[in-house]
Amino acid sequence: MEAAVAAISGHAASFTPALSIAAWLRVTTVLLAVASPLRAGVLPEDRADAMYHSYDGGGVTIDGPSYLIRKGDNKNFSVSANYYVDSISSASIDVVTQGSPYNEQRTQWSGSVDYLHADTSMSASYSYSDETDYTADSYGLSISQSMFGDLTTVTLGYSRGDDDISSSVDPDFEDTADHQNFHISLSQVLTKKLLLSLNYDAITDEGYLQNPYRNLRVLNDPNDPSAGYNFNTPERYPNTRTSNAVSANFLYHLPFRAAVKAGYRYYTDDWDIDAHTAEVGYIHPLWGKWMFEVNYRYYTQTNADFYGDLFARPDQQNFMARDKELSEFEDHTVGFALSYEVLENGWGYFNRATLNLKYSHIWFDYDNFTDVRGNPAVGQEPRYDFDADVIQLFGSVWY
Amino acid sequence: MKPRASLILSLVLLLSACSNIEPWVKPYERAYLADPIMSFGRDPVSDNYLSHVYQVREGARGAEGGHGGGCGCN
Repeated sequence: MEAAVAAISGHAASFTPALSIAAWLRVTTVLLAVASPLRAGVLPEDRADAMYHSYDGGGVTIDGPSYLIRKGDNKNFSVSANYYVDSISSASIDVVTQGSPYNEQRTQWSGSVDYLHADTSMSASYSYSDETDYTADSYGLSISQSMFGDLTTVTLGYSRGDDDISSSVDPDFEDTADHQNFHISLSQVLTKKLLLSLNYDAITDEGYLQNPYRNLRVLNDPNDPSAGYNFNTPERYPNTRTSNAVSANFLYHLPFRAAVKAGYRYYTDDWDIDAHTAEVGYIHPLWGKWMFEVNYRYYTQTNADFYGDLFARPDQQNFMARDKELSEFEDHTVGFALSYEVLENGWGYFNRATLNLKYSHIWFDYDNFTDVRGNPAVGQEPRYDFDADVIQLFGSVWY
Repeated sequence: MKPRASLILSLVLLLSACSNIEPWVKPYERAYLADPIMSFGRDPVSDNYLSHVYQVREGARGAEGGHGGGCGCN
């Protein structure tokens, strides 16, 4: 990344979106700590997964491995460990307009311990994520209780994350951010064929929440748009954020061997972002050894109240951002998955194994984030959009 | 009856009612639910990755998808 930064001239605060990604990764980490799929009364299955993942879209390619292994004592305890790598090569629209392409790597280690006692499951987890300018520690605890003849499972979770942020262009810059996540969920058997899962998450962030590399787009002359614009003013975010998200997900077994799923999530936060997510899917086993799945997902959000695509003055308001993830936009995903049962009858130590391929195509369409590549005149900028390919290739063994 | 007493009585009645709830889907009626396809998160390594793909690129976070599933039988 240093080489990429050195190639930039003109202003010190060049753009490197690694931190933008990292800033969200630590939230992911916190969430995953809570979101282990606990089922009270049953320990998770002993299994190991080796995955290659790849994302390619908007000038960004990210790929790498993820290894997940879980082993229990078939009685009360189960432990899991995960090693995950993101190898990032970025020439995103922000990088192209404000900096130079760069390569970066993020590595994450995480582990968890599950303990089962009668109808109660408890889980403790830890995760550490590391990259050049961002490290994140996350800790999580959750407890699940099964009741009413195992028809209902209630889960409560809490996790927190502590991040240390630095900058590759400013050796004196150091800051921190803390995150807390409160989680409650209810898994309910509604009928012989229908399952419901309700989830609620409250997340609070405090500290340095912006990207030290990304700049705002500001007019050179507030009274004369024809004088053009510049990217010389750093973003300024509030140092707290609180969000609430609630979702309902249904899974229904059809009269033949297939299932349909449907889900909806509502999200709101005190940055004024409201979002809706809707998802449907269909799962169908084929010819004994194959499993086919197709799904569609729709997402839409409003922009943060301090977001702007173009500001008249560097001091126009207290908080200012030009991050496309805070703009108003929508995205659509169409996904396919294919799974093949390799060891139907087991082999030695292994009970069964599968090979899996998943492919998703995502279309992003921004309403008030414009494409300023080529330096178009004010008022002539087209709205930005791009699409991405997401591939997962993995093998799983149960033992 | 004082409000507090009526509240306590209501809670006692509610809890005693809960303790008498009969599972309306009997253990022997859970064949469909025990099918591996009836799981909200069949492959954790994949579910975690895909949640992460969206979290990085969208403003919303939390309450991702469903968890658990199956018949809840050992």
